[in-house]
Amino acid sequence: MSQSFDSTAIHQAILEQQKADARKKMVLNVVLVLLLVAAPFVLYPVFLMKILCFALFAVAFNLLFGFTGLLSFGHAAFLATGGYTTGYLLTNFSGLTTEMGILAGTAVATLLGLAFALLSIRRQGIYFAMVTLALAQLVFFFFVQSEFTGGEDGMHGIPRGHLLGVIDLNNNFNMYYFVLAVFLGCYLLVQRIVSSPYGQVLKSIKQNEPRAVSLGYNVNRYKVLAFVISAALAGLAGSMKSVVFQLASLNDAHWHMSGEVILMTLVGGMGTLLGPVVGATFVVNVEYHLSQGALRDWVDPILGGIFILVVLAFRSGIVGELQKFFKKNLG
Amino acid sequence: MSMIFGVPLAVLSGQLLIGVINGAFYALLSLGLAVIFGLLKIINFAHGAMYMLGAMVTVIMFDVMGVNYWVALFMAPLLVGVVGVLIEYFLLRRIAGQDHIYSLLLTFGIALLMQGVLTNIYGVSGLRYSMPDLFKGGINLGFMFLPYYRAWVIGIALVVCFGTWFMIEKTKLGAYLRAGTEDAQLMQGFGINVPLLVSLTYGFGVALAAFAGVLAAPIYSVTPVMGSHILITVFAVVVIGGMGSIGGAIITGILMGVVEGLTKTFYPPASSAVIFLVMVVVLMFRPAGLFGKEA
Amino acid sequence: MTMMKKLLTSAVASAMMATGAQAAISNDTVKIAYLADMSGTYRDLAGPNGLKAMEMAIADFGGEVNGAKIEVVSADDRNSADVASSTVRRWVENEDVDLVAGLVASSVSIAVSDILEENDRLGIVSGSAASSITNEHCTPNHIHYVYDTYPLANGTASAVVKEGGKTWYVLTADYAFGHALEGDVTRVVEANGGEIIGTLRHPFPTPDFSSFILQAQASGADVVALANAGADTTNAINTASEFGLTQSGQTLAALLLFLNDVKALGVEAAQGIQLTTGWYWDMNDETRAWSDRFMEETGARPTMIHAGVYSSTMQYLKAVEATGSDDAQTVRKQMMDTPINDMFTKNGVIREDGRMVHDMYLAEVKTPAESKNEWDLYKILRTIPAEEAYRPLSESKCPLVNK
Repeated sequence: MSQSFDSTAIHQAILEQQKADARKKMVLNVVLVLLLVAAPFVLYPVFLMKILCFALFAVAFNLLFGFTGLLSFGHAAFLATGGYTTGYLLTNFSGLTTEMGILAGTAVATLLGLAFALLSIRRQGIYFAMVTLALAQLVFFFFVQSEFTGGEDGMHGIPRGHLLGVIDLNNNFNMYYFVLAVFLGCYLLVQRIVSSPYGQVLKSIKQNEPRAVSLGYNVNRYKVLAFVISAALAGLAGSMKSVVFQLASLNDAHWHMSGEVILMTLVGGMGTLLGPVVGATFVVNVEYHLSQGALRDWVDPILGGIFILVVLAFRSGIVGELQKFFKKNLG
Repeated sequence: MSMIFGVPLAVLSGQLLIGVINGAFYALLSLGLAVIFGLLKIINFAHGAMYMLGAMVTVIMFDVMGVNYWVALFMAPLLVGVVGVLIEYFLLRRIAGQDHIYSLLLTFGIALLMQGVLTNIYGVSGLRYSMPDLFKGGINLGFMFLPYYRAWVIGIALVVCFGTWFMIEKTKLGAYLRAGTEDAQLMQGFGINVPLLVSLTYGFGVALAAFAGVLAAPIYSVTPVMGSHILITVFAVVVIGGMGSIGGAIITGILMGVVEGLTKTFYPPASSAVIFLVMVVVLMFRPAGLFGKEA
Repeated sequence: MTMMKKLLTSAVASAMMATGAQAAISNDTVKIAYLADMSGTYRDLAGPNGLKAMEMAIADFGGEVNGAKIEVVSADDRNSADVASSTVRRWVENEDVDLVAGLVASSVSIAVSDILEENDRLGIVSGSAASSITNEHCTPNHIHYVYDTYPLANGTASAVVKEGGKTWYVLTADYAFGHALEGDVTRVVEANGGEIIGTLRHPFPTPDFSSFILQAQASGADVVALANAGADTTNAINTASEFGLTQSGQTLAALLLFLNDVKALGVEAAQGIQLTTGWYWDMNDETRAWSDRFMEETGARPTMIHAGVYSSTMQYLKAVEATGSDDAQTVRKQMMDTPINDMFTKNGVIREDGRMVHDMYLAEVKTPAESKNEWDLYKILRTIPAEEAYRPLSESKCPLVNK
C-alpha cells in the first residue's frame, strides 16, 4: 500500500521534472527561432541559407541514422536528385512557380528513396550501408551521363522565380525567410515523428530489432517509411539549395557528400534533434572559413582530423556532450 | 577474323587477359580488406590511403636513398605495416567493441588526413617511377602484346593471395588468429597475447595494400589521391565476395576484373559503374555476398 | 627613365581623374581575389603557385595604383560550384572585391561568372579549358585568358594530320570537357582530310588504361588521340609506352598536357609527344627571366596558367591605372582596347566575347638526349597565329558578338 503511494509520488516528481524540461526546451527553441529570424540582418543571408539547407539534409539523414539505426552511405543521391530535378524544371518551364519546382524535386527524390528502400531494406548493418552506396554510385553514373545535368560543367542559371507567383525570391531576404520557414516546418515534422508512437517503434528497432520483431511489428515497413521520409527531406534540401545558389553540380551526387553528411550528424550529435543542425553549422563554417584563411590548403586534412577526434573523444557529438554535461552538473 | 558481338576474337581474348590482370590487383587489395574485416571487424576506409602510401614510399625511397624495386617490394609493405600497427595501437584500439560504423568513420578520417598532408608536400601531378630494367618490353602473344611487367603482376599477386589464404585458413598461426579474434578471453587464457595479434593483423592487412601499391608504382601515376579513386571499387569487390571471406575476396577480385574488362570492351562509359550494379544484384539474391555466411 | 614614365603616367591618370566624373576607384582600394583549387585534382596547374604569380604581378606593379592600395584575398574553391558561389557572393556583395582571378574547374568558372555579371564585377578565367566559357556561357563580365579546347585541338590535330596521320582513334574522357575536345578534334581532322575511325569514351577518372590502349592498338589507326586531362592523360601515356603503342607504328597525340604533367611523366615516357601550349617558360629571354624569378619564389617552373595569372593581373592593373577607375565595364573596355605585349604574349587581343586571342605554340616533348634538366621538356615546333588558333567570331554563339 505504502509502496504504491511512494511510486505515485515518484511518478509525480518525474512528471514535474519532465514538464520543467519541456519548458526549458520550449524557451531554448523560441530563443533559437528568434535568433534565426534576426540572423540575416547580421550575417550574410546566402551563407545562412547554405547552412539551413545542409542542416535540413543532416536532419533528414539523422532520422534514419540517429533514430532508426540505419547508416545510409548514399544520401547524396537524394540531395542531387532533388536539386537537378528542380533546376531542370524551373529552367525549362517558365510557367512553373518556384514552390512547384521544389515540390516536384522533392517528389522525385521521394520516389527514388522508395526504390532505394525496397532494394536495400532487408540488408543489415554494413551491407545496408554498402548497398545504398552502390545504388548512389549508379545514380551518380546516370547524372554524369545525362545531357541535362551539364556533366561536370554543372547546371547554371536556375531562376529563383516567384513564390506562389507573387513573392520575388531574387530578394535574398524573401528567399531566406522562405528557406527558414521550410526548414522549421521540416524540423517540427521530424520532432513530431520522433516523439510519436511511430518514432518510438523506430527507436526500439534501433535498440533491438529482434525484440521489435517479436513484439509483432512489421519492422521492414517501419524502416521503409523512415527511409522514404528521410529521402524526401534530403531531396527537399537539395531542391532548395539549387534554388538558393541557382546551380546544381555533380559534387552533390558524389559519395564524398554522403560522407560529409555523416560527419555533420556525428559532430553535432547523432540521435539528438538539434545535433545535425549544430553539426551542419559547424562543418559548413569550418570549411568556409578555413578555405579562405591561412590554412586554405589544409582543409581536407583538418576535416580528417576532426573526424578522428570526434570518433575518439566526442562520440556523442557537440549536442550529446552538452546534454551529458548539463545532466551531470545541473541535476 | 571471327567476331563475338561485333568484337574480334583476338581483341576479346586480350581484354579477358587484361581483365584477369586487373582482377589480380583487385584481389590483392580486397584481400587485405577482407582480412581486416573478417578477423577484426574493422571497416578499413584507410585501405586506399595505405595502397597510396605503399606506392609513394616506393618512389620516395628510390628518389632519396636509391632503394631499388626489389628492396621496395619488401620495405614498403613493412614500413606501411608498421604505420598500420601504430594506427591500430593508438587509435583503432580505443574504439574496439563500439559499432563497426565508428571504425569506418575513424579510418575515413585517417585517409583524409594522410592524403591531404601528402598533397601539400608532393602535389597531385604524380611522381615519376621508372620500370625496373628487367621488366622492360614484353612478348607478343599473337592476339596481344603482353608487357613482362603485367605478367609479373599477375604471377606475384596470385602467389601472395594464395599464400595469405593458406596461412589464415590452413595453418596453426591462422587458427590462433581466428580463434583469438573470435574469443579473445579464451585465447588470453591460453597465454596468447591477443592485443598484439590484433595489431599485427591490422598491420598485415594494410601491408597487403602497400604491396599492391609497390606493384602499381611503375605503371600508374603515383599521386596522393590514387587510393581514393580505387577505394570504393575495392570495397564493392569485398562486399560482393562476402565481407570477411578470404577466399571469396580473391575469387571475386579476379571475377570483377574480368567483368570490368568486358564492360570496357562492350560499353566503356559504364566500366566504373558496373561493379556497383553487380553488387546490388548479388546482394538482392545473396544477402551475405557470394561466399559469405548468413549472419 | 622609369621614374619619368611613372610621373608621366600618374600625370595622365590624374588628368583623367579630373575630367571623368565616373572615373574613381571605389573605397580607394583595388581589391583582387584569387579563387582556385588549392588542394584537389587541379592544385598543381594553378593552385597556391598561381597566387604567388598574382602577388608577383602586384609587387612588380608597385603595390598601389594611382595612390589607391591593392589588396588581395584568396580562397580554395574545393572544385565545388557551391563553395565558389558562396565565397564569391560574399566577396562582391560584402567585401567589395573588384576582380576575381584564377578559376580552374569549369563548373566553378561558369558559376562565378554568373555572379559577377549579376553584380557587375570582373572575372579573369585562367585555368579552365572549356571553350563554352566565352561561347554559350559568355558574359560581359569575364575574360578567358590562357587557352581553351578549340586551339588545343586545332594546333595539335592539324599538325599531326599534315604529317601524314590520316586515320584517328580518339580516347575521350566521358564528361563535358572530353566531349568538347573530341568534337573539336573531329572537326579539325576532317577539315584537313583525315578520318576518325573510332572513338572510345572512358569513365573519369580511370585508373587503368590497358584495356583502352589495347583497343586503340587493335583499331589500326595511324594516330591515337587523348581527349582527356591530368592523371587520366599521364596514366594513358604511361600505359601506351608500356604496351609499345608507338613502337608498333602508331602516333600518340595528347590534346591537353601541362608542363607539370610532362614533368611527372618524364621525357623517357613522354618523348616525341606533340602538344599545343599557350606559353612555355623557355621560349625567350623575357620568359626565362620571369620564370627564374618565379622559381625562386616557388621552387617550380611556371605552367602556362601561372604565367597567364601574372600577365592578366598586370593587364588589369594597367587598365585601372589608365582609366583611374575600378568599374568593371570601364576596365574591361580599356583592356579590350589595349593589345597585350608582355612576356606572356605579343599582340594578344581581348575580343568582345571575352576571349583573349593570342599566338599558341605547337610543341614536342624532348628526348632524354635533348633534355638538359628536369624542366627542360619542350621544343617549340611552330607558332600557331592567333587568328588561326581560336574559334572565329563568325562561329560564336555568344550574344555579345555583333554579326
